[in-house]
Amino acid sequence: MSTEAVSNKSVFTPFNVITGAIIAMGLILTVMRFYNGLGTVTNLDNNNPWGIWIGFDLLVGVVLAAGGYTTSSAVLLFGMKKHRAAVRPALLTAFLGYFFVVVALTYDLGRPWRLPYPFVVQSGTTSMLFEVGLCVALYLTVLFLEFSPAALEWLGFKRLRNWIHKGTIALTVFGVVLSTLHQSSLGALYLIAPSKLHPLWYSTYLPTFFFISSIAAGLSMVMFEGWISHKAFHDHMSEEYLGQHDDLYYGFAKGASWVLLGYFFAKVIGIAVDDEWHLLATGWGQWFLIELLGFVLMPCLLYAIGAREKNLKLIRWTALLTVAGIILNRLNVSLIAFNYHLPADQRYFPSWQEFGITIFVCTLIVVTFRFIVTRMPIFHDHPDYKDHH
Amino acid sequence: MNRRKFLGLMGAAGVSATLGKKAEAAGNVSFDGYPGSKGVLFDATRCIGCRKCEVGCNEINGLPAPEKPFDDLTVLDTERRTENEAYTVVNKYETGKGSVFRKIQCMHCLEPACASACFVSAFRKQPSGAVSYDESVCVGCRYCMVACPFEVPTYSYNDPITPKVIKCHLCEPHIQSGKVEVPGCVGKCPKEALVYGERSELIRIARRRIEAHPERYVDHIYGEREMGGTSWLYLSGVPFGELGMREDLGTHSGPELTSGALSVVPMVPALWPLLLAGVYGMTKRQHKIADNEKADAVAEAIATTQAEADTKLKAAMQRAQSDKEATVKREVEKARQEAIREAEEAARAAAEGDDNADNGEKEEEGA
Repeated sequence: MSTEAVSNKSVFTPFNVITGAIIAMGLILTVMRFYNGLGTVTNLDNNNPWGIWIGFDLLVGVVLAAGGYTTSSAVLLFGMKKHRAAVRPALLTAFLGYFFVVVALTYDLGRPWRLPYPFVVQSGTTSMLFEVGLCVALYLTVLFLEFSPAALEWLGFKRLRNWIHKGTIALTVFGVVLSTLHQSSLGALYLIAPSKLHPLWYSTYLPTFFFISSIAAGLSMVMFEGWISHKAFHDHMSEEYLGQHDDLYYGFAKGASWVLLGYFFAKVIGIAVDDEWHLLATGWGQWFLIELLGFVLMPCLLYAIGAREKNLKLIRWTALLTVAGIILNRLNVSLIAFNYHLPADQRYFPSWQEFGITIFVCTLIVVTFRFIVTRMPIFHDHPDYKDHH
Repeated sequence: MNRRKFLGLMGAAGVSATLGKKAEAAGNVSFDGYPGSKGVLFDATRCIGCRKCEVGCNEINGLPAPEKPFDDLTVLDTERRTENEAYTVVNKYETGKGSVFRKIQCMHCLEPACASACFVSAFRKQPSGAVSYDESVCVGCRYCMVACPFEVPTYSYNDPITPKVIKCHLCEPHIQSGKVEVPGCVGKCPKEALVYGERSELIRIARRRIEAHPERYVDHIYGEREMGGTSWLYLSGVPFGELGMREDLGTHSGPELTSGALSVVPMVPALWPLLLAGVYGMTKRQHKIADNEKADAVAEAIATTQAEADTKLKAAMQRAQSDKEATVKREVEKARQEAIREAEEAARAAAEGDDNADNGEKEEEGA
């Protein structure tokens, strides 16, 4: 992938120079990480064992890849058939998202080569992390299969492609099951630490919150990526894809608006059940309200307005706002409101090397995405398979 | 992996989650600790902060010498936590009753959060009372450190190849091998602030002390119920919060905190596919009905158009037919009139001359 960015056009375009520099930095940091251990490149310590490689790369990475299961189930199971052209880009993004979540995880794990241990050596089935690991491993396989027809069409393996294509619906159902499980169990990871996560964010409904918000995140990410892709890869898009584009926004905006409304009520119920109203008056309460009102209720209303008035511009910016809100929520649970009880000097803030690896991994996703969409039938149909749906 | 295999696996995961020996609470079974298991009672009213327990731990575990020697008590001026090189530390707290000391180490929970959090079961509650850690399976995810409410486990962050989690093991290996009879820290305590013994016996001792000197103690044995109970028990003369101990941990054990969420897991693969298959079936049927209706409408439209066209054609044909008939009639009439006229003329001509008779006959034949 690193050579791809350079050899792709063999000229020093701004894109190539910047990605090249980031990748070079990433490789140096990779050597540092695996040669000297976690301590030299991270600000992790005994009170803060999880940093942004878990809080951002894993938690945010997984939730922003939810576009795969939301789009494929909306189109293939819930009957939004006419938006078929949106499925492949969403599945590709999801597959790359999960794949690089696992890549990023190898940096954070002390002994990444033991990653299969929970399944082959000794299982800790009482662990939420076991469930997350099992589901992510299976879902990555499902996403690979769901995405593979595009690659096989490109490579010309017709029979294998047709054979896998037949399992589309089964794979989609399977994908929803696995996504439900691991999206929610990422929230459930924090159920074991009621004394560390601030009560406004800690709730026995954490798994439910994570699952519902993942739907809004998935829908919003599809719209946000569509926006960016539209600018960058317009030439690779078919008439069909472009023709369905605006309509998809209105449908997804409406859906996301309802989901956010449901999420808002769920969060309010969470506060009511634990009777934490008095905490809203504290500093943490204000921070919580900013998240809930500014990044949940606000996009909920803006989406509704955008969908009713068919305001594409408003919908796109709302998608960005929602994505930002989801990132904020996951960082609140994993880092900001986590260990809130510790004195300020014992709190965690990421080192520049940790940011570096995160940027490196994000860049790898973009480069791989670019490599694939400029070659494989993602935004358009392969001429040999025009009527295969 | 196919769906059936997955369902089986998830089912197995669910079942083992409820039946697992390491997390009895996940099956809603109360676990009060292994019978006869050992623990330690720490009495903060007796501790003088001499750090001899730290020495004992350091010696028996062969740990490196600390930066400042153990007899340097100025170390107590800053609050410390357990470290890779110190499985136990003593801290000094200024309280309403003057300086009070507290020893920190692994609490050896009856149902450890670390054990229920570990996805390779590296942590186990041993029948002896100790919570053991198995480095040979550890992946280094550090979820145990997130899970531990007492913030005890530490991690060798600077080891790139064999990093591991580090914490007090209650001297289990040393006691098993017969090297010592009580943990290193307990053996070194000069003030009997530490008592090693059966946990149930320790609770009785603690109660007797509180009863005998109610003015000296807070009426609470920390660890008897906290987080489902711990093998280390604490007595104090001041509220435990003043000794930096969390008083808001509740009595639920680590496994209990996640058992609810885990119990839902098998239901998702059991119910979601059915629901989704139903939704898919309905939308597919709807599409099919819509398609059929469309096809019907098209067929009907075609039929109507066809019928209209037929009627029009028929009318046109009829018109054409009648036109033709009229023309024929007209022509016949015309011919007849012509013939009559010619006949009349012929008759007139015949009347005029006999030689014209032949001609008239011929004309009549032509008509």
